[in-house]
Amino acid sequence: MSTTVIGLASPAMPAPRESMLRLFAAQFASSKLALLGLVFLVLFLMLAIFAPWIAPQNPFELATLNIMDSKLPPGSVSSNGAMTYWLGTDGQARDVFSAILYGLRISLIVGFVTVSAAFTIGATVGLISAYFGGRIDALLMRIVDIQLSFPAILVALVLLAVLGKGVDKVIYALVAVQWAYFARAARGAAIVERNKEYVQAARCMSLSWQRILWRHIFPNCIPPLMVIATIDLAHAIALEATLSFLGVGVPVTEPSLGMLISNGYEFMMSGAYWIAFYPGIALALVVVAINMVGDHLRDILNPRNEI
Amino acid sequence: MSALVFTALYLVGDPVSMLASPEATDAERELIRQSLGLDLPLWRQYLIFLNKALVHLDFGNSFLTGEPAMRLILDRMPATLELATAAMALAVLIGVPLGIYAGLKPESLGARSVMTSSVLGFSLPNFWVGLMLIMVFAVFLHWLPAGGRGPVETFGPIQLSIFSWEGWRSLILPVTTIATAKCALIIRVTRAATRECLPLDYIKFARARGLSEARVLGVHLLKNILIPIVTIAGLEYGQVFAFAVVTESVFSWPGIGKLLIDSIITLDRPVVVAYLMLTVVFLSLLNLVVDIIYTILDPRVQAKAGA
Repeated sequence: MSTTVIGLASPAMPAPRESMLRLFAAQFASSKLALLGLVFLVLFLMLAIFAPWIAPQNPFELATLNIMDSKLPPGSVSSNGAMTYWLGTDGQARDVFSAILYGLRISLIVGFVTVSAAFTIGATVGLISAYFGGRIDALLMRIVDIQLSFPAILVALVLLAVLGKGVDKVIYALVAVQWAYFARAARGAAIVERNKEYVQAARCMSLSWQRILWRHIFPNCIPPLMVIATIDLAHAIALEATLSFLGVGVPVTEPSLGMLISNGYEFMMSGAYWIAFYPGIALALVVVAINMVGDHLRDILNPRNEI
Repeated sequence: MSALVFTALYLVGDPVSMLASPEATDAERELIRQSLGLDLPLWRQYLIFLNKALVHLDFGNSFLTGEPAMRLILDRMPATLELATAAMALAVLIGVPLGIYAGLKPESLGARSVMTSSVLGFSLPNFWVGLMLIMVFAVFLHWLPAGGRGPVETFGPIQLSIFSWEGWRSLILPVTTIATAKCALIIRVTRAATRECLPLDYIKFARARGLSEARVLGVHLLKNILIPIVTIAGLEYGQVFAFAVVTESVFSWPGIGKLLIDSIITLDRPVVVAYLMLTVVFLSLLNLVVDIIYTILDPRVQAKAGA
């Protein structure tokens, strides 16, 4: 099939690195939806990073809030005439647009930190498990099985009940939920690689196992792990939003998108829909954009997996 | 498993602090502790629990209401069963035809849009879909109730709400919320199975015999793609039943998911433990049922087991 870049992983192909990257880029660009998703993702990243400079108001600076401006519909002008609330204001007179930018920051930080940590822990466990096999493998994989047999939302709920509220605690809970997916994928990929000739050659050179594992096997396991990482990034952001919505996630002082939606929920019935609606749209766009990218990456990197 | 849950909950916190009023004296607190059996060491508590649970199916009384924990759960179970069954039925009824269509003409515009919207379906967080549905159909259009359960009719110990128009009206939104996510999954599985089966000889032969397209697809193809669909539908049914926490919270649906999250927050240990035990039993039974359905769908499974 012409859509295979798996060859990228094989050391038998001495093509220069740059052209492979270009090949990959060309393949990625073959799906307009995935490109659109990537554009949105980059846009949201920029918005989150530069939030303090873009946002018309700092929603945490309580002194700047004017309680007369609370629950204004989108497009209203503030009572001192200084700014327009394009997306309206919430119950505490915060500009919804500014709150979204800051909320986006928290959501994305939780997502990226969670996935990086889960990737590191999971890949280490998976690679060690595959490389040594035997009892270590059986033990580690049994732990992974137990972990995966509990649904993510339940494990996170119970953990957060123990740990309490806080951005860092949400991250611990999400890492505890997600590392197992990486461990399983890394082990699967590494077991295939372990018996290939280049690994045998490396063993013959009596390189240390750490070196073989990280410098030889690991780079070839990256493609499937990247797919998992993208999908889990979207998953982590959605899960954090759900937990915050249920009231066990981030504290009120550091509202993520899920928290903003939860706050707006009570006003929705009385018709002030914009307080929950616009953060909801932002959340949906982020999650869908990441999933569009992930879905296409999966098509490119493992064409056999059709589901 | 039961030991794991028990110990984890022991660590979660002190239920006495939730139960006693803030003005209670230390002596009063101690009295509550003794009456609930919380003054004993953990292993004694666990043995007492095991003895009661295994011999009398008694999981203790709820700390909060004093009713037997199992009764509380069983009272609420029909509501969740109703919700889960209706949602899975809807997901299968919509998902399977769309999946077959997407598998038949993978390059057509219709199939592509089905696949794209299925990415939406499983990437959007559940609570988000629920909120948007409430906003459109309950707040703006006033067509459907925003939450709660309609009037119920009692059949012995079981109460069902599907026999009245009002009951159906309250079911529509939560059912749609759950079905959106599950439908996306079923579409993808059906499509993959269809694409796998279509090039096989028996389909070509059926077509060569001049059978109508409806018969080829509805009988010959459907029979063979049913196995993965039944597997996924069965597993997902268990998930929906056991962990409808989010949807039930959004719609204040009086089912066991809502009970679980309330009990986790109020540290009502007996209810949480009884809930998890019941769920494990239910999921195992469901697996058994799915296995039995296999042997009916695919005679080869039985032949192998007998050999």
